[in-house]
Amino acid sequence: MKPPLWQSIGFYILVGVIVLQALFPFYYAILTSLEDGQALFEVNYLPRALNLANYQAMLSGGVFGKQILNSVFVATVVVILSLFLAVTAAYALSRIRFRGRGLLLLTVLSVSMFPQIAVLSGLFEVIRYFGLFNSLWSLVFSYMIFTLPFTVWVLTTFMRNLPIEIEEAAIMDGASSFTIIRRVFLPLMWPAMVTTGLLAFIHAWNEFLFALTFLSTDSQRTVPVAIALISGRSEFEIPWGNIMAASVIVTLPLVALVLVFQRKIVSGLTAGAVKG
Amino acid sequence: MATVELKNVSKSYGTVEVLRDINLELEQGEFVVFVGPSGCGKSTLLRMIAGLEDITGGELRIDGQPMNDVLPAKRGIAMVFQSYALYPHMTVFENMAFGLEQARLNKAEIRERVEKAAKMLQIEAFLDRKPKQLSGGQRQRVAIGRAITCDPRVFLFDEPLSNLDAALRVDTRLEIASLGKRLPDTTMVYVTHDQVEAMTLADRIVVLNGGIVEQVGTPMELYERPASQFVAGFIGSPRMNFLNGTVAAAHGAETYGIRPEHISLSPDAGDWRGRVILTERLGSDTFVHVEVDGVGPVNVRIEGRSEVHANDEVHLTPDPASVHLFDAKGRPIPG
Repeated sequence: MKPPLWQSIGFYILVGVIVLQALFPFYYAILTSLEDGQALFEVNYLPRALNLANYQAMLSGGVFGKQILNSVFVATVVVILSLFLAVTAAYALSRIRFRGRGLLLLTVLSVSMFPQIAVLSGLFEVIRYFGLFNSLWSLVFSYMIFTLPFTVWVLTTFMRNLPIEIEEAAIMDGASSFTIIRRVFLPLMWPAMVTTGLLAFIHAWNEFLFALTFLSTDSQRTVPVAIALISGRSEFEIPWGNIMAASVIVTLPLVALVLVFQRKIVSGLTAGAVKG
Repeated sequence: MATVELKNVSKSYGTVEVLRDINLELEQGEFVVFVGPSGCGKSTLLRMIAGLEDITGGELRIDGQPMNDVLPAKRGIAMVFQSYALYPHMTVFENMAFGLEQARLNKAEIRERVEKAAKMLQIEAFLDRKPKQLSGGQRQRVAIGRAITCDPRVFLFDEPLSNLDAALRVDTRLEIASLGKRLPDTTMVYVTHDQVEAMTLADRIVVLNGGIVEQVGTPMELYERPASQFVAGFIGSPRMNFLNGTVAAAHGAETYGIRPEHISLSPDAGDWRGRVILTERLGSDTFVHVEVDGVGPVNVRIEGRSEVHANDEVHLTPDPASVHLFDAKGRPIPG
């Protein structure tokens, strides 16, 4: 049955509102990043100039390139370590019976209850103690406190849904535990791993508070803090053009990642409903 | 020589004992079926032979070698699972080759073995497909093929037909039976709760109940000389009539057993008189359920069609040579 006209119109208006609400801020950031000087302060909704000076300024002048690499390094290492630990932990938590398994799972989950600000001062002491202050490893360490609980949980749930007979068949075929994980579980868990890995990457990429606290020099900073601390020639000038150009630059990797893994993400999010 | 010996094998989870003192000797090339109601321990026993469950007491030997602490893959065993358990991300070929790769065979030999097994099971056309592109019966054949490629000494089947629909189940049953004939040196162990599968496939049947072996014997031995009332009721379809009370007491027994096919029905004369409650007509057979005066409900099998209808008065005569008598503990009383 074809829906009445007003319903179709209403539907597309609603879609338009949602898309506008989600994309407009980013669109405006792009517009602003392409403008220079006085043009910045005139309100316009269509591009008037195509001026790449802001991008040039950001990428050539100083440490921003290094800061992007810092972010890439931190986020990538966090994702790799989290997934490696989470897959092995999920195997144990979903497949091996041991005393206190349920309690352990709840404990893992409860770690993610604490607001960042609540653990900040204690964590600062820990990081000082380990001599990680102003090192990127301080962020790798602290971000994993938040990425591991959900990667472990999601992957444990996912692995529980994989039929145990597949694993037993692999055992009968003579595969070792490590081979089972690598040859049987990993290929089946790709969608879940891509999804959780991407969420962990986004979290690590966007994190602000720890990055602000644990790093003290410009060349060590990650991009969210770096952008917040971009300053103009005087304290009364906020270089909007540069800030927006930097924001657009750091958004692009995430957009690219999501587009590349789009299909896997969808199947990962609906994985619970699909049988292996 | 692939003999499988179980000596006083038992299995317990904590304080719960699921199998007790199992003693069995399976000979090379024999097709043995473990049968019993759900929860009797038959699958656990199979998984203990496979090495997927620890043996908590007693000893398992294959070809005389103790196997209790040997890894599953080193036992020379292959297993077909109830749910097929194919690797969903691999093609049929990769599924069948996986075990051989783990055994570090070279590529040419792997290909040769897989193709030989595929030919035997007529799945050559599917070698490049993924399991989800196959039907249930084809998947089951791939699962069997995966087991064959490993060239096992002992072949284990864990209820392999229970996920198939009725028509396919009969076909696959015949295929498994002919597989047993084509691999005369391989010992087959097959677990099922379906006594028809047990009767048709087995050289010998092991009836399990409540964690112990009730009886071991050829299908006909179990049918003709059940060692307990449980076996008598479990083997044979439809099940044996068990009658208590005066009929049994007259023979000095607690329970009087007679199979539906060993009772003759006549409209006017016989040992027992009763009224027909229900008839089930299958074409080849007719099952007549009769309420016999002073005896109780009795099921009678008549070959072919029968003109008997509900509420008819009929007379029944049990064949005295086929009566099974049991004492209060369910043990047979020699007749």
